Amino acid sequence: MNSITAAAEETILRVQNLKTYFPVGKSGGTPLFVKAVDGVNLTVKKGEIMGLVGESGSGKSTLAYTVMGIYSPTEGSIIFKGQDISVPSSRRSLSVKKDLQIVFQDPGSSLNPRQSVRQILELPLRVHRIVDRKNIEEKVVELLRMVELPPHYMYKSPVSMGGGERQMISIARALATNPQFVILDEPTSALDVSIQAKIINMLLKLQEKKELTYLFITHDLSLMRNIATRVTIMYLGKICETAPTEEFFRSPLHPYTRMLLSSIPVVSEEEEELKPKKVVSTGEIPSPVNVPPGCSFHLRCPERREVCMEVDPWMVEAEPGHFVRCHLYS
Amino acid sequence: MIVNNEKDCILDIRNLHVWYRTYGGFAEVLDGVNLMVKKGEKVGLVGEAGCGKTTTMRSVLRILPENAVVPKGEILFHGQDILKMKSQEINKVRTQGISMIFQEPSAALNPVFTIGTQMFDVIRYSGSGKAKSKDEIKELAVKAIREVYIPDPERILKSYPGQLSGGMKQRVCIAMAIVTDRELLIADEPGTSLDVTIQDQVHRLLRGLVEKKGMSLIMITHSLGVAREMTDRIYVMYAGSIVETAETKVLFKDPMHPYTLGLLESVPRLTGGGMAEGIYGRIPNYLSPPQGCRFHPRCRLAAERCFEEKPPLMDVGEGHYVACFWVQGVI
Ligand SMILES: Nc1ncnc2c1ncn2[C@@H]1O[C@H](COP(=O)(O)OP(=O)(O)OP(=O)(O)O)[C@@H](O)[C@H]1O
Ligand SMILES: Nc1ncnc2c1ncn2[C@@H]1O[C@H](COP(=O)(O)OP(=O)(O)OP(=O)(O)O)[C@@H](O)[C@H]1O
Ligand SMILES: [Mg+2]
Ligand SMILES: [Mg+2]
Repeated sequence: MNSITAAAEETILRVQNLKTYFPVGKSGGTPLFVKAVDGVNLTVKKGEIMGLVGESGSGKSTLAYTVMGIYSPTEGSIIFKGQDISVPSSRRSLSVKKDLQIVFQDPGSSLNPRQSVRQILELPLRVHRIVDRKNIEEKVVELLRMVELPPHYMYKSPVSMGGGERQMISIARALATNPQFVILDEPTSALDVSIQAKIINMLLKLQEKKELTYLFITHDLSLMRNIATRVTIMYLGKICETAPTEEFFRSPLHPYTRMLLSSIPVVSEEEEELKPKKVVSTGEIPSPVNVPPGCSFHLRCPERREVCMEVDPWMVEAEPGHFVRCHLYS
Repeated sequence: MIVNNEKDCILDIRNLHVWYRTYGGFAEVLDGVNLMVKKGEKVGLVGEAGCGKTTTMRSVLRILPENAVVPKGEILFHGQDILKMKSQEINKVRTQGISMIFQEPSAALNPVFTIGTQMFDVIRYSGSGKAKSKDEIKELAVKAIREVYIPDPERILKSYPGQLSGGMKQRVCIAMAIVTDRELLIADEPGTSLDVTIQDQVHRLLRGLVEKKGMSLIMITHSLGVAREMTDRIYVMYAGSIVETAETKVLFKDPMHPYTLGLLESVPRLTGGGMAEGIYGRIPNYLSPPQGCRFHPRCRLAAERCFEEKPPLMDVGEGHYVACFWVQGVI
């Protein structure tokens, strides 16, 4: 009992049986839904970097938006710092909004092109009364310095900047309210490796200095290997594996995880040797409107058995802290 | 200078310069590109965003935007300069010699026509469509769709692009590019919008087709990992010129140009070890690019000579060429 309370203390975010469905018309009278998030359980501990990895369309952004209150959950609960926040953003307290921030996937479309950088950064400062009116400009300069941009950038418009710089502005905006928890939705996927390295280094420095917790959404497992404390894999709205980073890369369990790992293009022989033996990926990702019965991965799974086509597997703890949802282990 | 004494060379780009006319003056993007492709060879072109990869390949097909000019250079296709070809000749190259898979599949497919209509047109306008009956044309299209591992080709031909997933659209583009026999296929970042497992499928497919048909391939990508898996030789491009080229194995075993080293160091490794710093600075403004070596403002090793003089590509052995005074030992 004691250990449970201790664990609960350090948990900053707990998502329980979360479902977010989108209605997408009807077929013969029955309404159809995209089950973008379909029964997710996830805990994030204070101070960690949780990597959330999955292919395009697996529901990573939808999960993030639901936690942020941009979408209302269809079912399930979101507990942030012990407080139930499973309500739309408009009904959340200002302090929750201040503590929980997001950097959006596409920096191009999440920044208003008609605003200057100064206006973009001022808004959260005013809403959350972070500083006095007369100190706002000073704070904007400080935010810019934090993301390593010179003060005169406050007069620029996001359209006149490169992708990397725009991403820096999004990060500065998210950090303007001194949050405790930041969701980073693929902050570097659209960028070159060199700019990516700079942004990641900056994020790591800030995390240490401000004791932040990150939920880091990405496609890039090699990147997670280097910065995450734990890695979670998502497939078609469900989590299929979670483990501490070292353990995750040492002994990946789920066939989908192994397929992902074996498909990563790498740049050296040493990395090549770390990859699981080639699992040739075949088949299409099924449509999230029409998820097959049984395990949603069975259509592409090289280890498929009879039971996989009929029964949806459940999460088991295969090793301490290493969870997997696959019939091979249950 | 790369000496071209290869009889089986099909494409030879020499000292290519391309500028764009803009409000602020000429953006001098390509600054003497040298690149050669042999028969059956798979070549990678890598570099950061904005270094001129797409510009180079658009020049080859002569589909540059209106505001582009080509002040200097030659693009020899089987010894004949594409830049000097009459429209009839260049059309023949486009319909029979070289095909290209574009960066964005949705931009390459017309949303208001079915896949079938678009594929039949490609076949009709290529040499292999001449005097072919409707049935024969359709058969070719069906065969090409099978080759990219999409089941149910008949249904695909009747579909509009909007009815296909991203991965399927990408494969349809490949099918269109290989439906008629070509000698050279240019693939501009196919699969960047896909996830690694589907990307891997698309890449294996491309490599297989190219090998089976004896085609040559130019693979444009900013991922060194993808280039390593897909190609026989790599050209590393920085700010409009080739700074290093070698056989893929050699390049990864013994990379030399400071830019190549910087790119490689920036890649997060599956073996761990933390994040690198990234290359200092960024791609230059092409309206007033740096004199001398265009990389010098970002280079840890830059010396006076690099500020003034542009280093030529020089052979350092085994067909490995590097454009850097420091590597050449002449600083
Ligand atoms: N507002 C919406 N209405 C209907 N369907 C949606 C909506 N938003 C997302 N979806 C669908 O939900 C599924 C999950 O989408 P989501 O954007 O969460 O995926 P993702 O994992 O973030 O993918 P990516 O890596 O491409 O960003 C997809 O099938 C998507 O088409
Ligand atoms: N029509 C145009 N007018 C002016 N500048 C252009 C034009 N097209 C491209 N450029 C510029 O030329 C440079 C090279 O662009 P190009 O598209 O060839 O790069 P790339 O290497 O393919 O980059 P990416 O990896 O982003 O696709 C960029 O600075 C770009 O802004
Ligand atoms: Mg997303
Ligand atoms: Mg390009």
